[in-house]
Amino acid sequence: MSAGAGNTAFDMAWSVARGECSAEEVVRRHLDGLAESPDALNSILWYDVEHALSSARRVDAAQARGETLGPLAGVPIVLKDNICTNFGPTTCGSKMLEAFRSQYNAHVVQQLEDAGAVIIGKTNLDEFAMGSSTEHSAWGVTLNPWDTDRVAGGSSGGSAVAVAARKAPVALGSDTGGSIRQPASFCGVVGLKPTYGRVSRYGLVAFGSSLDQIGPLANDVRDTALVLGAISGHDDRDSTSADAPVPDYIAALEKSLSGVRIGMAAQYFADGLDAEVRSAVEAAVGLMERQGAKIVEIDLPHTPYAIASYYIIAAAEASSNLARFDGVHYGYRTPQPKDIIDLYASSRGEGFGAEVKRRIMLGTYALSSGYYDAYYLKALKTRTLIKKDFDDAFCHVDVIASPVSPTTAFRIGGKNEDPLSMYLGDVYTISANLAGICAVSVPCGFDAEGLPIGLQLMGPAFGEAAILAAAHQYQLGTDFHQRTPPCVSTG
Amino acid sequence: MTTSLDETAVRHVAHLARLTVSDAEVARFSQQLSVILQYFEQLEGLDTTNVEPTAHPLGITDVLRDDVVCNPLSTDAALRNAPQHQDQLFQVPKVLDQDNA
Repeated sequence: MSAGAGNTAFDMAWSVARGECSAEEVVRRHLDGLAESPDALNSILWYDVEHALSSARRVDAAQARGETLGPLAGVPIVLKDNICTNFGPTTCGSKMLEAFRSQYNAHVVQQLEDAGAVIIGKTNLDEFAMGSSTEHSAWGVTLNPWDTDRVAGGSSGGSAVAVAARKAPVALGSDTGGSIRQPASFCGVVGLKPTYGRVSRYGLVAFGSSLDQIGPLANDVRDTALVLGAISGHDDRDSTSADAPVPDYIAALEKSLSGVRIGMAAQYFADGLDAEVRSAVEAAVGLMERQGAKIVEIDLPHTPYAIASYYIIAAAEASSNLARFDGVHYGYRTPQPKDIIDLYASSRGEGFGAEVKRRIMLGTYALSSGYYDAYYLKALKTRTLIKKDFDDAFCHVDVIASPVSPTTAFRIGGKNEDPLSMYLGDVYTISANLAGICAVSVPCGFDAEGLPIGLQLMGPAFGEAAILAAAHQYQLGTDFHQRTPPCVSTG
Repeated sequence: MTTSLDETAVRHVAHLARLTVSDAEVARFSQQLSVILQYFEQLEGLDTTNVEPTAHPLGITDVLRDDVVCNPLSTDAALRNAPQHQDQLFQVPKVLDQDNA
């Protein structure tokens, strides 16, 4: 039942720092795991033994010199393949960037390496992070380790699966409308979307610039807090990066639930919520109440408008951001363009997949002359009302509890011809992005088919310490996060 | 508010977005995007009179830094991912002397 000493990032870093084992041993063990069992789940797109080992040896050399090691010393980590690294590919799951090689590292890459982490590979995603299933990748579908006929969730599906399948103890994903939390929920791991501005977006390939945040995925809350601490903080290369102090997220975990006010809104338990998901989330809140939390009924009245507002804003920002893929500066170019317009249009038409094209067109339409006020401006005003709902709620509560997704992992191919049904599944996660607040997904049970269920805890802007503490206290009373999918040997 | 995107409209939007789309895609996108736009219509029922738009969640304003020289990417590095380049320049098809509307 126990995850076993030495299997968490926290324990690995502790062992490496004390010289009980080398970073090279830790990293080699994970690389051997990747080499021995081919990644049948298609979670990892790329890994590099030499790069990983040389990074690990640098940590070991620092240890041998008696230097103080970072909090992630020797910890293997995988990154969603929309985070730029100046080694290996950064494809965004797209044919458009198949041959692209980033000339610089994302800010988070630098921070992870400064903390002693060893980047061992890049993970699969929905193309340009647009999707909720990791089915829309040019490199194929990522499978759910709990049932390989099911989706991993998305768009950070590869990162969630890699962590669930113990390919790496921790991973980074990106979350624009639930892309960390929903796959974490579907795969039975912890995933956190930080407050907008908490983590620098420098080097994250942009999708929805007012919504995107990079965040950690891990097997427990403590490892999530450990990685968050390493990647948070101000970066003057991202003008939306917040210049706010980074608390000690690990120390904050000890805060008990006694007196913590947990809000529950009827809008997050309305029609469409699967009965098993509902009862698991209600049971989780019940446990937290017995642990000392006070449950408070709250109202988030504009929730029903969140999906429409979000998909207009996200598509508009995507259509603008993805204009940079022009077949000229980098990325795919059509082989025989007739003229300059055809160079743009054919390169983009051939390089992008269907979901990316749908969103670009939706965004272009919403921003086009005559429709701007009706769609885009209306969506921005709706966003104001949704944000105000949370501002009002957080006057009365410390944390808001809800499901992450209305269902557990759905069948692969189940929503392919009906994009709207895919969008509707994001109903509980997108509001946190619209409001810019933080939220974490924590395993809280399994349905009758053995598929994981996630509990979402949302906090106010820069309230990560509070939601992590609540999630950690909940995990002290449960063992859902310690169960492993069938592909993981429990020897 | 227009509630559907017919195939002519899909082709127009695809042109605005500089995307070639096949006939099959035009038909499929017309159906799918119309369903999505009809879903968006629910926003019409929400009163947003006197509500300011939120383009950005945290109200961050312009950030200025000191005007100092830093190291940009070298020209070689900047061109490394270019599909075609020549003489330290990005290369594109001829753009003059033709109707490129």
